[in-house]
Amino acid sequence: MEILLAIMIGVLYASGIYMMLRRSLVKLIIGIILLGNGANLLIFFLGRITKGAPPIIPADGKVFSEAFADPVPQALILTAIVISFGLQSFAIVLVKRAHTVVRTDDLDEMNATDEDS
Amino acid sequence: MLTAILTGFLFSILLVFVGRLFKGKLSILASLVPLGLFIYFFQFIIPVSNGEIIMRSYEWIPSFGVDLGFKLDGLSLLFSLLITGIGFLVFFYTSSYLKGHEYLDRFYGYLASFMGAMLGLVLSDNMITLFVFWELTSITSFFLIGFNNTSEASRKSALTALGITGIGGLLLLAGALLLNNITGTYSISEMLTMSEAIRSNEFYIIAVLLIFGAAFTKSAQFPFHFWLPGAMKAPTPVSTYLHSATMVKAGVYLLMRFTPVLGGENFWNTTLIIVGGITMLYSAIHTIFRTDLKGILAYSTISALGILVFLTGLGTQEAFLAAAVFIIVHALYKATLFLVTGIIDHQAHTRDVTKLAGLNKIMLPVGVAGILAAISSAGIPPTIGFVGKELTYEASFHSETLVVLLMIAIVLTKIFLLYAGFVAGIKPFTGKLPEEHSNVKMPGFVLWGPPLLLAILGLVFGIAPFIIDSPIIKPVVEAMGADASEVHLALWHGFNMVFILSLITIGVGTALYFFVKPSNKLVAVAEKFESISPESILIKFNRIFIGISNFWTDFFQNGYLRNYISIIILFLVVLVGYIMVGNTSFVIDYHSLSKITIYEITATLVLIAGIFYTVFTQSRLAAVVAMGVVGLAICLIFVFYSAPDLAMTQFSIDTLTVILFVLVLYKLPKYLRLSDYKTRLRDGILSAIFGLLIATLALQVIAEPVNKDIGNFYAQNAYLEAHGKNVVNVILVDFRGADTLIEISVLSIAAVGVFGLMKLRLKMADRKRYQDR
Repeated sequence: MEILLAIMIGVLYASGIYMMLRRSLVKLIIGIILLGNGANLLIFFLGRITKGAPPIIPADGKVFSEAFADPVPQALILTAIVISFGLQSFAIVLVKRAHTVVRTDDLDEMNATDEDS
Repeated sequence: MLTAILTGFLFSILLVFVGRLFKGKLSILASLVPLGLFIYFFQFIIPVSNGEIIMRSYEWIPSFGVDLGFKLDGLSLLFSLLITGIGFLVFFYTSSYLKGHEYLDRFYGYLASFMGAMLGLVLSDNMITLFVFWELTSITSFFLIGFNNTSEASRKSALTALGITGIGGLLLLAGALLLNNITGTYSISEMLTMSEAIRSNEFYIIAVLLIFGAAFTKSAQFPFHFWLPGAMKAPTPVSTYLHSATMVKAGVYLLMRFTPVLGGENFWNTTLIIVGGITMLYSAIHTIFRTDLKGILAYSTISALGILVFLTGLGTQEAFLAAAVFIIVHALYKATLFLVTGIIDHQAHTRDVTKLAGLNKIMLPVGVAGILAAISSAGIPPTIGFVGKELTYEASFHSETLVVLLMIAIVLTKIFLLYAGFVAGIKPFTGKLPEEHSNVKMPGFVLWGPPLLLAILGLVFGIAPFIIDSPIIKPVVEAMGADASEVHLALWHGFNMVFILSLITIGVGTALYFFVKPSNKLVAVAEKFESISPESILIKFNRIFIGISNFWTDFFQNGYLRNYISIIILFLVVLVGYIMVGNTSFVIDYHSLSKITIYEITATLVLIAGIFYTVFTQSRLAAVVAMGVVGLAICLIFVFYSAPDLAMTQFSIDTLTVILFVLVLYKLPKYLRLSDYKTRLRDGILSAIFGLLIATLALQVIAEPVNKDIGNFYAQNAYLEAHGKNVVNVILVDFRGADTLIEISVLSIAAVGVFGLMKLRLKMADRKRYQDR
């Protein structure tokens, strides 16, 4: 399974970068989202995967008696997902706004602060 | 002694508050500051001539061995007297020269700070304080050269001077650090006792080169000389004070100061003789091709500095004696000539020597001063200039090697310097007064007093050289590490080879003066060689440098986001790839891996299919939906591998994102392919390599052992301490509760931003403008 996960991470990273290299603003945001997903999965993967043992203490115990998945990467990723949602929603609205104002979503036409250039 | 050094700075601070007082008639009172200092230093002549060395030390940064250590010996005393003495005359002269100038108080402030810095420089015994004062003189010089800050040429010259002398200052700092490494001290007096150890050290040559770099830039030695003629853009009192009598001699001072520490080696002597020799001859010849009086004086000053470096390089007791005398000679006659030039400029409004003649009919005292200075500069008896020249010839004559070559160089230099002195000091005051200058007025005493006093001193010291010999000259020679008990200055040295050479010099020089008249034709000749002068070469080098910088910036920072990303990714790939290629074993231990079931294969396929659809679809809506599918596939992975909280979060966030996208983006323009096939292929390859790199890296990391201490800590304490059973939740809301609070505030800020952007309405005018586009 590790190999499959590594492939997924690789594809997410590659597609994320590829989309970020495009000229369209929408594609840029999609690229950032894909890259973010790749990063989350990478952290998850590097914390070692464990099947069927969520880090939840059994109802009848006070500590774990069996093997359990590492909770630290999960806590990190949870934070990351939520924060990236904040970033994404702001970016999406900003693109919309930029589009209403300058009537383009081509990055190459937006690389100067002056109106006329 | 610290007070004496600080006086100049304190005075200039005072001027900030009461500067208005010194703008009017009271301005002449400013000259009392250097006069007081002169008297203060004058009283040290007796103890110093008795061989006493006065040391003062104040703690500054003891932990670094940096203290305010000051040392007054013969060398420091000579310079201190020049700085304060000529400083007094220049302050005095300025009150009339710049009478009524809007910024006269500022000018005095700069001059006074410079004087303080210069005194600190020659009195410092600690190399770090020496460096600080060295840089302060460069900085004050910058302000003084650029004093006429409305003129572009002035500002440019000031920058050039600051740049060149500033680089020299940095070299001095490096030299100080290196010498400290070798000797363990910053004190120059202590270095004196370790001279042997320094000379045998492997870094000796580098230390010497650093000190040379500092001295040659400051003292305008070839090929760093060109900032000095540029510095003549400064008002004449500045040229007199900084760029002829004091500051430019700081480099010579440094060499003299370090002669007993670093000197005596072949490398030291030879380099100084060569550099000083080239400088003195090169710039002496240059004076013929100038018609601006200040230009002539600038080049003859460079030449004189060359002579001083040359003499220091000869390294004999005779040479040190000649150098000590020549410093006084040069300060006296060159300051006079500059002040005279200033008067001519001030009264006749021109410095073009071809247009000047016969001014003695109008300003006789100035003419007397000019002619006396010219005679001293020419080395004609009975002036001190003659004594200086005889000693210089004598010292070169007794050189151990290449006597003929050195003699030719020094005699030629002296011939051209005689010419320069005559042109600057005699030409304007002889012959017929041109019509255009018939209305020129006689200047006041405040202007002609100082140059006349200096010129007369030159004559007095010449007739009675014993006045200066044991009180001043002897201690200087001793400070340079030579025995001075036999030193006796005399006007008449007897009829010998040196005297014959003197006669030749005077004869040929005078003939040159009568046959070669300064003219614009000669200036034109010199301009032909302008393109190979060090200055032009530096300018060309600058231009190339700016070109490279522009190219660099345009290439790497061209304003296109994808360009920045590409470069960063490419750099990362090359760097990490390079390290990985040698150190990676691509063997995977399949037994250690977990099993693959049909569920995982399905999730993987869905994810990859989703990604490809997102990337390659032509429809924006389809891309957004496919991206949602990708998120859901990741969600599945989280479910499979024991992360229920992540799965839930991912699911809700993913859904929200898709909804937001669809709601907001339906009005955007068509989802076009903007780049061509080639660009897409290139980006695709780069991205693919990057993905491969990350995947390989991830697999590499997995093969290493893992540390789960932190996870275990939380797992152990989640229920016992925080009374929660879902460890991930406990971490977020309890162990790291404060972080989560901050995260919530970040989200709130984002929410406010989103709300603001959605609700923002453009003003009518703006909206109209944007709709017109």
